Amino acid sequence: MAIFVYAENINGIYKKAAFEAVSYAKAIAEKNGETVTAVSVNPTDSSDLLYKYGADKVINIKDDGLKNFSAKAYAQAMNEVSDGNIIVFPHTTDASSVAPMLAIMKNFSLITNVLEIPESFAPFQVKRRAFSGKGMMHAKAEAAGVIVTVSQNAYGVKENVASGSEEVKDLAVANEDTKVISHEQSSGRLDLKEAEIVVSAGRGMKGPENWGMIEDLANTLGAATACSKPVSDIGWRPHSEHVGQTGKAISPNLYVAVGISGAIQHLAGVNSSKTIVVINNDPEAPFFKSADYGVVGDALKIIPELTEKIKALKG
Amino acid sequence: MKILVCISSVPDTTSKINFTADKSAFDKNGIQWVINPWDEFALSKAVKLQADGTTVTVINVGDATTEPVIRKALAIGANDAIRINTEPKDSFSVAKEIANVAQSGAYDLVLCGRESIDYNGGAVPGMVAQLLNQPFVNACVGLDVNGSEATAIREIEGGKETISVKLPAVIAGQKGLVEEKDLIIPNMRGIMSARSKPLTVNEPVNTEVKVDAVSYDSVPARAAVKMVSPDNLDELVRLLHEEAKVI
Repeated sequence: MAIFVYAENINGIYKKAAFEAVSYAKAIAEKNGETVTAVSVNPTDSSDLLYKYGADKVINIKDDGLKNFSAKAYAQAMNEVSDGNIIVFPHTTDASSVAPMLAIMKNFSLITNVLEIPESFAPFQVKRRAFSGKGMMHAKAEAAGVIVTVSQNAYGVKENVASGSEEVKDLAVANEDTKVISHEQSSGRLDLKEAEIVVSAGRGMKGPENWGMIEDLANTLGAATACSKPVSDIGWRPHSEHVGQTGKAISPNLYVAVGISGAIQHLAGVNSSKTIVVINNDPEAPFFKSADYGVVGDALKIIPELTEKIKALKG
Repeated sequence: MKILVCISSVPDTTSKINFTADKSAFDKNGIQWVINPWDEFALSKAVKLQADGTTVTVINVGDATTEPVIRKALAIGANDAIRINTEPKDSFSVAKEIANVAQSGAYDLVLCGRESIDYNGGAVPGMVAQLLNQPFVNACVGLDVNGSEATAIREIEGGKETISVKLPAVIAGQKGLVEEKDLIIPNMRGIMSARSKPLTVNEPVNTEVKVDAVSYDSVPARAAVKMVSPDNLDELVRLLHEEAKVI
């Protein structure tokens, strides 16, 4: 039997989260002697990119009715093509909009935000994120089939080349309930939830005029930028950059927190980062207790100097 | 227009999360309960839409201990409330109860927060939409209603998308649906009037669960922080490059 994967693309280009979901599905398939079928809607990228992470088969749904994203129509499309008992989604906003609708259509269990490969398959049991990162839950599926959404950066992208085959399907799914009026995409920005390095700053930066140095450091590191809640509330930075309990939860390899004291709500969204660096002029800032590396000092002096030193390292 | 707002009663965001000694359950001792912050954006938005004669009903799936949180929602401005008298077990069972009420009450719009800050399933809104066979828009940061259509702005990776949605529909919101500064804080009049607003208690219609919580783990503590002098940033770069291997 095949394990199905929702291979999300944005404007036809596969997301890193799609490769992670395929990698995750492959790990399960290898344990169970199963195959991996990745499903994507109107991709322009080559299927070779999915074979590279273990997809044995790729179903490309070519459908003008699905040109714009609609959770309901995409769930219908997934429902039509996936006939396995395990379906893997990335835990992106779009995928986690589709997965609950599909779970109802298929009468499957849905376990979101999973962190590891399953602990058992009969019953299906897996560890997932809970309490906004302040705890973890071992969840057991009660239905015969299960859909999981894989927390981004939790399992990682693992190459495992398969000799896959491609099937193109035209489903003609109707999408009459929603209509996209306009679409604004900022170009050149790294997706915060997918980024392997995130540079984040708080009120310690004193004002939005000082954000240039945060962006310089982020560009040097190939990182996305983020901010604390107070900063997005004041309007120094957009809400989409707010990381924390009521913002985005992230798990990069490196999280650099500049001028952020480390309130429990902020930590909740970032404490699954693999390495945390805290730069703050207050030696008593609680964030130092949750950091791997800390520097006490004036961020406005430290950040430009650190950027130069990293540039030198990178040559 | 009739709006149904789904609210969840969750531990206050400052809560430290502990589990019982056998790790089988969340330890509720000493916890302050609040309206799920994501739901609060949805509730404030619904109350702001009341101006044109719209009614706002809040629904909560929870035992009697959630009533203070429901009363707060009434103080914020909801017209009435429904409590489904059962402790929530999983996303599916909660969604079934909400969908049942939404269906029988013929609501035009179901508004929810995009996820709860306790179990982070993020599944209830989409499940309710599918159970009702209605369109679903997630991660909304803006909403206007005009007759039988809504215009929703949803966050997408790296941008925003404006969508027209045929009602009835299910919308899951987040900060931006209203701004943080526009969240409604109950005043004395609201608090007093909330005491006399109708709160109906219904027994659950569904007992099936699709996911069981077997046990819980706390997050492992990190090793002690290594402090680096601000005069020796070369050392920080070296540690990140050679020890942590992240740059």
